[in-house]
Amino acid sequence: MDMNEIKEIFFQECEEQLAELESGLLKLNDGDRDPETVNAVFRAVHSIKGGAGAFGLEELVAFAHVFETTLDCVRSNKLEPNQDVLKVMLKSADVLADLVTCSRDGGSVEESRTRGLVKELEALANGEAPPAAEAPKAAKPAAAPVVQPTDDSGFQPIPFTFDSFGDDEAVEDQFTYEVTFKPTRELYSKGNEAALLLRDLSRLGEMSIACDMDQLPALESMDPEASYFGWKISITTPKSEDEVRAVFEFAEWDCELDVKSAETAEGEELPMIPVPFDLSALDDEPAEAVQPQAETAAKASVPEATSSVAKAVNAAVEKKESAATAAAAAAQNNAAAASSVGQTIRVDLDRVDRLINLVGELVINQAMLSQSVIENDNNGVSSINMGLEELQQLTREIQDSVMAIRAQPVKPVFQRMSRIVREVADMVGKQIRLVTEGENTEVDKTVIDKIAEPLTHMIRNAVDHGIESPEKREAAGKDPEGTIKLSAKHRSGRILIELIDDGGGINRERVKQKAIDNDLISPDANLSDEEIDNLIFAPGFSTADKISDISGRGVGMDVVKRSIQALGGRISISSRPGLGSTFTMSLPLTLAVLDGMVVTVAGQTLVVPLTAIVETLQPEASAIHSFGANQRLISIRNSFCPLVDVGRILNFRANQANPVDGVALLVESEGGGQRALMVDAIQGQRQVVIKSLEANYTHVPGIAAATILGDGRVALILDVDAVVGASRGQSLKPEMSLAATG
Amino acid sequence: MKKKVLTVDDSRTIRNMLLVTLNNAGFETIQAEDGIEGLEVLEGCNPDVIVTDINMPRLDGFGFIEGVRRNEKYRAVPILVLTTESDAEKKNRARQAGATGWIVKPFDPAKLIDAIERVTA
Repeated sequence: MDMNEIKEIFFQECEEQLAELESGLLKLNDGDRDPETVNAVFRAVHSIKGGAGAFGLEELVAFAHVFETTLDCVRSNKLEPNQDVLKVMLKSADVLADLVTCSRDGGSVEESRTRGLVKELEALANGEAPPAAEAPKAAKPAAAPVVQPTDDSGFQPIPFTFDSFGDDEAVEDQFTYEVTFKPTRELYSKGNEAALLLRDLSRLGEMSIACDMDQLPALESMDPEASYFGWKISITTPKSEDEVRAVFEFAEWDCELDVKSAETAEGEELPMIPVPFDLSALDDEPAEAVQPQAETAAKASVPEATSSVAKAVNAAVEKKESAATAAAAAAQNNAAAASSVGQTIRVDLDRVDRLINLVGELVINQAMLSQSVIENDNNGVSSINMGLEELQQLTREIQDSVMAIRAQPVKPVFQRMSRIVREVADMVGKQIRLVTEGENTEVDKTVIDKIAEPLTHMIRNAVDHGIESPEKREAAGKDPEGTIKLSAKHRSGRILIELIDDGGGINRERVKQKAIDNDLISPDANLSDEEIDNLIFAPGFSTADKISDISGRGVGMDVVKRSIQALGGRISISSRPGLGSTFTMSLPLTLAVLDGMVVTVAGQTLVVPLTAIVETLQPEASAIHSFGANQRLISIRNSFCPLVDVGRILNFRANQANPVDGVALLVESEGGGQRALMVDAIQGQRQVVIKSLEANYTHVPGIAAATILGDGRVALILDVDAVVGASRGQSLKPEMSLAATG
Repeated sequence: MKKKVLTVDDSRTIRNMLLVTLNNAGFETIQAEDGIEGLEVLEGCNPDVIVTDINMPRLDGFGFIEGVRRNEKYRAVPILVLTTESDAEKKNRARQAGATGWIVKPFDPAKLIDAIERVTA
């Protein structure tokens, strides 16, 4: 693994952290005051900052730092996360996300935006916090974007590198320092080791050392964990006093340390035994530092050990070595078991896609196999048949399991929407709250990827057109803050996404007028409320009198509808004036397979998605009524329903077939109305693997996709909504013809 | 004999950086994702030095360090705290919990190795 790969991991992780951050902030916004939520939010920003620092992404670090500082105020209860505070934080989360994106893909975030938020964040941190402690901290990053940690106690960690101890330093001035060093027992209990500190000190220059063993008690009264030794060191080095002190950086709380220039220290020198410090004793030593102090002390108490510290260290090394080998053996066994934690694995999406495609082929192959066995084996009781049935079941299960691998919760898409709501609401000066429900509803990744765009557009629309301005809302006796609810749930093998706003609802008068102006309907058309509402999905329709920056990006609801239909989905609207609108989208859980009814139309085999079919019936001659020149209705349980000859609509035949000879499929179109689709015969129901027609051929109106049937033949999958639309339309559109497909 | 380092950090990015840096420097590296896992892994791996983050879910660095120091067998293992905290209070808490030293982020491979060298023989 190289740095670039780690950077890739970093950006992936950022995405996760940003999602965590946003959902945490939204929870806080909803009044959640669980400290763990605050911690998670803090951790997310903290992690991003940490990683960004490692890659030198200074802009990101600087902003994350300010953000983190303010979050820390929340964490330590110095700042109450009220709505105003959270508004700034949510905006900051957006900027942070943008900074991450820019760091990855290049580009830059508007500096004014970042700077403005930095100010707001700092104001929050300063406003509520004790000014003495917080003010300088918050102000710092703005001035110096690279976080160079210093702290208020005056402690400054000094990066310690050996690189600077080059040979050419001999020409520098040499200083002599007298160092007195007396560790406390805490120094050892925290895993520090006097010998190592002395070793590091010795690397700074020439030194002589004396061990002060005055406090060493008799062996029997000795506490193995106490600290009895002190050292006096005289060192000559080109380094400054601070650099000498820096050696004891980790230990400075746990020892008595005194560093003086030789000149000032001279007078008070105590008699001591100078001992050459032997560095080699420490080299090549295994590091199992199990109670080094105790051993050092024990050895040193033996009379002859008074000679040198180095010897004592040597002895400690020997002892440690034997202790270490014993421990290592026992340790080895547990290591493997302990590290096997984790319930998820990451798999490259390509691999999953390949697997899904292969399973698709398997399903087709299995169907073909079944078919040929049935054709060649008429008695139908052979063991081959039994085996095939099991194979079919297994194939189905494999397919379901494989599809489940690619299933993802809609959460990330929903989270993106909350940002869009914030931004657009800010832009148009509205107050809007986004409530999400059922974010953990799972759906195939391919579907998730494709719903983001239409959903974004619908959300923009809801904010821009749906919710009224705060003044208008107040005048209407509503909460000035509008609510948009986004929910997802599974329903009968599909995912249902609802977008509900509590705005003004569809202004039917205006919609109708607009449709008339745009020649979409004739001025005297008599339309139901529902039909008027659905006009907003008509191509070329836009209700906003002036096309705003927000929703008028050249796409209307017709594009939204088309893209949802392209997914095999449906969209409908219901609206109540003054109370708001509800958009309902129903989408397949996967774009890979489909449960369909296989039918025959004019000698062609077609597949009708099962989800569209309400019921099937055999029309009787008495139920068919002619209506106008070539329209027919079928009466079903005392209501009339337009009859649509699929063969005629698709131009399979020139004249309408006699309905009595065929079968009617009662379907519900997304407009809410029912239509009876006439087909010649039903062959059966089966699951088919969807093969894109666009990818392999070209888009054919009225046809959603294609599939390969068990007998190896290609069958087209009917686009029910398009067929119904064409039948409802004033005339068949010229391109609404299958002539192109032969 | 390779020195063994146990790293405890919840960030995948930092874990990978630690792994690459330590392996390149000739250390054997064992990794855990939070304090709880760190204490579990510790039992079997007998590290020469531990490098831990502070902010972690489930069990943070302070709790982890205290846990190590309470463990009869491993209480003398040097522990380095990997931290972006410039806050003296946090450093103090880590020290009180029993940290041996610290490495201030941004993550810098040279700094990390130096700090490890300082606390191990």
